[in-house]
Amino acid sequence: MPLWTLFGLNRGLATTPWPNKADASMQPGVLGLPQYHPEQCREDCRDCADACLPKAITIADRNLHLDYGKCIGCQLCTEACPSQAMTPSNNWAFGVRDRKDLEWTDALNSPLARELKNGILKHFKRSLHIRHVDAGSCNGCESELQALNNPFYNLHRLGIFFTPSPRFADLLLVTGSVTYAMRGPLLETWNAMPEPRWVMATGTCAVSGGITGGGYSCAHGLEGILPVDVYLPGCPPNPAAIIQALLLLLDRTGQKVHGGRYAS
Amino acid sequence: MTDASRNTPSHGMQGTVQRLVWPHSVPQACEELIQAGARLQMAYAWFPRPGDAPEVLYLADKGPHQPFEILRCTLPQDQQELPSMAPRIPLLGWYEREMHELCGIHFKGHPEPRPLVLHEGSQPPFPPLDPRYEPTEPMPYTESPWDLPPLEGGDVQILPFGPVRADVLESAQILFYYIGEAILHCHPRLFFKHRGMEKRFEGLTPQMGALMAERISGVDSIAHTLAFCQAVESACACSVPPRALYLRTILAELERLYNHLYYLGHLCHTTTLKVGEAQGKLLSEQCKQINGLFTGSRFLRALITPGGLRRDLDVSSLPSKLHALEPEIDRYMELLEQTNSHLDRLITTGHLPAQIAYDQGATGPIKRASGITHDLRSDHPYAAYAELPMEIPVRSEGDAHARVQIRIQEIRNSLALIFTAVDRLPTGPVISPLDPVPSAEGLGWCEGTRGSIYYCVHFDPQGRFARVKIKSSSFSNWRVFPFTVHDTNMMDYAINEASFGLTMAGCDR
Repeated sequence: MPLWTLFGLNRGLATTPWPNKADASMQPGVLGLPQYHPEQCREDCRDCADACLPKAITIADRNLHLDYGKCIGCQLCTEACPSQAMTPSNNWAFGVRDRKDLEWTDALNSPLARELKNGILKHFKRSLHIRHVDAGSCNGCESELQALNNPFYNLHRLGIFFTPSPRFADLLLVTGSVTYAMRGPLLETWNAMPEPRWVMATGTCAVSGGITGGGYSCAHGLEGILPVDVYLPGCPPNPAAIIQALLLLLDRTGQKVHGGRYAS
Repeated sequence: MTDASRNTPSHGMQGTVQRLVWPHSVPQACEELIQAGARLQMAYAWFPRPGDAPEVLYLADKGPHQPFEILRCTLPQDQQELPSMAPRIPLLGWYEREMHELCGIHFKGHPEPRPLVLHEGSQPPFPPLDPRYEPTEPMPYTESPWDLPPLEGGDVQILPFGPVRADVLESAQILFYYIGEAILHCHPRLFFKHRGMEKRFEGLTPQMGALMAERISGVDSIAHTLAFCQAVESACACSVPPRALYLRTILAELERLYNHLYYLGHLCHTTTLKVGEAQGKLLSEQCKQINGLFTGSRFLRALITPGGLRRDLDVSSLPSKLHALEPEIDRYMELLEQTNSHLDRLITTGHLPAQIAYDQGATGPIKRASGITHDLRSDHPYAAYAELPMEIPVRSEGDAHARVQIRIQEIRNSLALIFTAVDRLPTGPVISPLDPVPSAEGLGWCEGTRGSIYYCVHFDPQGRFARVKIKSSSFSNWRVFPFTVHDTNMMDYAINEASFGLTMAGCDR
């Protein structure tokens, strides 16, 4: 195999320095979830809500309610809005610990951190083993999870690994809106994991069901099925967003989104 | 017109030749199609009016540049039963089982009368695609023992693999009946990921339907949306502007490119060629980043919509980005073809004879690796393919290596197609207005990365969807795949499965 050894050496380093060194253009051009500018919003207008298939935007009593946990990033609201209150953005680092942080609130009051669990988590900071379960996704999330181990993202360098056995796993990473047939295998996987253990809902389907939740064969994501530690909406979340959410779980980076607002 | 026909309707599925047939004359009508050299592509059912009997439709491809033919058969209210065509046309076997479970139609004499899409233990109050089944109502389900092939003799063991498998993989279960290293029989249990996607189109507008189509199979977002939009455009007699047709072609080939490169990398993973794996996946990542840069989405989503594109794209610098990558891609594929340890694992592995490929419904690169020349892009051109030069690679070996070689050639083709399309890109608008036509019907198709995708759309009298049928490429190829696993060995399994390049989400829907 000297041919491939030489080839690999010649090819040189392909891995991004992010997140150890900030690189603003981590995902150049990639659109994240739309940004809401309430000061631009017109009264008596419901164009964005009408354009929203998963009902991430709803309007009741003239108040706009925005839930990023349901957003599939289809950008239709940004096209429908007549006053640029909804604009396309590059905001993709949407991992949050508290589901409520994905909902827009006028007054910011971030809830207290769950200190005990985080205290235990401190010991996992440098190393995390993940068991992934596909509970009924469109495979977009899998495609981005598979990308984590390509040379560009090179997840191993951060001490984070996928493991085949739930017995060795610290984190259960779930994609998909949870079909009736995957509910059992998902819970069995969870039950096979030693404590302490964590759960990350990855992709809008796992967070809320998105546009594939409900119906005759699906649940609404992990709602009411498993206790979730980190929610990461996105359709699908890109690999950098997944890494950001994993580091958030490990307390190695801060949360970007509070009360539906994306910190710049 | 033959004896099997009833009459010819004046309206109906646009873009096709239609024949209405009586239930008892379905076998004769199918036989006539076979004798005329046509290949059946799929069958499905729908309920034209809630509470009424279903109508069953059979889609046949009569050869290059011939219109598709559709047999339509309305069942009598009191006897929702048809003779099974699966003994004569095996590829229809899965479609009939699906119709049985989702639409409640019985197929007399079916050779495999077992649950397929809905697992054992499902108890829907109505068949789920019956309009009387409430769209928001969860299906009652209790886990039940599975209907498995019977086992005789003490030496044979059963190995269940999945549905949660090693690595990051989509959920599916493969049961091996084996002795030592030898696999006697491979029995996949699929549809763990059945999300009921076809039912979700009911009541949606064309624009919202496109969001659903993008999410049938994420890595085939463009192929599914394209087939869906073309079905809607055909139904509503909407003519898409030339610039949008060219941009759609470019998007479709960008999708093929990142998929095929990932495929090569993943295959190296199964043959344990580590640097080859890294390089293939890196090239795929670089293509996804190019997608993100030019379209805002690594999966090229949020662009294609019925009538054209939601916004114009500036692709003038796309060729220079791809030209920068091209020598690396070429060198990579060249090296793969010179690596003995890699080739040793691929040559003769997972052999698929042409006859089985044809009978069981193989599609895309799988079919073309087994000697069947057929590609919807050239045989039934859509988007801008009629105006672009293209070679369709075909191999006759039918093994894993042939499947790789087809994809290697297709990567070169995709690059050439993108360069030519950008070169000849017309100016002008990218969208035409599209008004849903009440009760209209249309057929759309696309040659995706993994093979043929068909969409049949039926509008209701209000101009919303009454029924959308999705024929995905992975549904076809999963049906074929076990035939290459029976009587082989465990060592080859992972390589063989990777060489098929299947998705679960597309198959299960």
